[in-house]
Amino acid sequence: MLCGVALGGPILNASGTFDAIAARGAFGDALLEAFPFDCFVSKTITVAARQGNPPPRLWESASGMLNSIGLPNKGLDGFLAHDLPQLAQLPVPLCVSVMGFDSAELGALVEAVGERPEVGLVELNLSCPNVETGVLVGADPRATAEMVTRVRARSDRPLIAKLSPNAADPAAVALAAEEAGADGVSLINTIRGMALHPVTREPWLGARSGGLSGAAVRTVALEQVAAVAAAVSLPVVGMGGVASGRDAADLLAVGAAVVAVGTESFRDPAAGRRISAELAAIRSAARRTAPAGVARSAPGA
Amino acid sequence: MTDARRPRTLAPPERRVAEVIAAERRGAYDLLVARDAVGPAGPRPGQFYMLAAGERWGGGASERPYLPRAFSFARVRPLPGGQGADLSFLLEEVGPGTRRLGELAPGDPLALLGPLGFGFAPPEEGRRALLVGGGIGAAPILCWDDELRGAGVEAPVLLGFRTAGHAAAADLFAGAPEVCTDDGSVGRRALVTEPLRAELAADPAATVYACGPEPMLEAVRSLCAELDVPAQLALEAGMACGYGACFGCVVPTVDGYARVCVDGPVFAADRLVAHV
Repeated sequence: MLCGVALGGPILNASGTFDAIAARGAFGDALLEAFPFDCFVSKTITVAARQGNPPPRLWESASGMLNSIGLPNKGLDGFLAHDLPQLAQLPVPLCVSVMGFDSAELGALVEAVGERPEVGLVELNLSCPNVETGVLVGADPRATAEMVTRVRARSDRPLIAKLSPNAADPAAVALAAEEAGADGVSLINTIRGMALHPVTREPWLGARSGGLSGAAVRTVALEQVAAVAAAVSLPVVGMGGVASGRDAADLLAVGAAVVAVGTESFRDPAAGRRISAELAAIRSAARRTAPAGVARSAPGA
Repeated sequence: MTDARRPRTLAPPERRVAEVIAAERRGAYDLLVARDAVGPAGPRPGQFYMLAAGERWGGGASERPYLPRAFSFARVRPLPGGQGADLSFLLEEVGPGTRRLGELAPGDPLALLGPLGFGFAPPEEGRRALLVGGGIGAAPILCWDDELRGAGVEAPVLLGFRTAGHAAAADLFAGAPEVCTDDGSVGRRALVTEPLRAELAADPAATVYACGPEPMLEAVRSLCAELDVPAQLALEAGMACGYGACFGCVVPTVDGYARVCVDGPVFAADRLVAHV
């Protein structure tokens, strides 16, 4: 269960890391027969269509990757007309991720998406700059509270605030989202990073900087999810570098209600299913074993 | 070209493990052959696979490679029984991923996902096929040539390489491809677009199929545009996933950015926009 929506299990995809429509094109209906997630989270949609950032958009880093994709999407009308009917055919509940460049845009998106019966949940991508102040909304408790307050009444669907890790105090932002009426919070988004061309020493990415994901961010995610889960009573969607059932179990242990898989799906489209199975094995082994007497072993073991 | 005309064999929806059955040095390249027992027997020439070593992928001094790498298959031999195939891949060491793949030996596991993307479509009615490969881009040209030959079509094959070491890849072809090298050490000292121009001057009723480095593809694109000859170009791009998830591999087209992995890797040349 996530914010009142029944899920078959605790594994979601992170927004923007799985295009179920393109994947169905590549894999056919076999994808639906063994769908890797218990809830599908769409790529972020915006009111106007976006082309996204100029390439190059990717950089492989130590144990992870940087991306500067720039939210390419068909816009609200294109999404409702073309994508939503296809996403409605997925065998799991649907969460639609939305981003507005001001509260009027975000409110319009929440209302238009939330009134569609195919949509179970709405995720608010708050990793956008405030058009007036330039401050990242999701980095600032007050801006987050304002945004969530203004859009809350536009839909009765559960609203999940996607928090930015590029914040001084993600727990304070989470608390602000809770007090403003969010039904859940999700984190972490990518951590801002940069890479240079090895010869020219100019920024490699077309957008100069990007977001870091993958195994490299796993420990950061665990700390931030733990801090946020301790601060709020809302369900927390934990994510960041999850590549195994053990990583998922770690996030659940620090208070996440469910776990999302992101970059690992790039390495294997069935990663979500494998992680679910590994997590189930860990949980059933834990039920069989007495909790006491776990030895403290070497760091990183 | 509508998607209906574009050949695509669907991939199983998960990464699987194939067994390396041969790994041979071919001049400057490695030819890796893997037995993919459970995948489809008939990937379409131009389609590609995402590859990673089944063991010790990452964890090196630089903690890379991390993501799988995209390779067009160079040759396919279906296994008896209608399922599975022996797949050949042409590799050139350019970084930690290709270095690790180049270390693989018979018996080693190779993680793969595919076949992915759209392959080459047959020539339009009344046009002959004309195949052009540059460097490692000879790979999809090789399997397309194999398939055309299997159908009784002997298309001219024009190949360009930097040096004699790279030109060793020409020996993989069943016929007698025309070879150009940058240094003249094998074949003609010329860019491959020179014999292409001559072929098209002799008979412009052709469809050009090309794969190679970006400057070569741009030269082929502009030559074909100039002569009003249709061309299908197989593009290469850094990609994280290969199946449309990451949106990282885009190229500019007349319709805006397109993903090389799911909109390509084979594109009609007149859809592409010069960007080099």
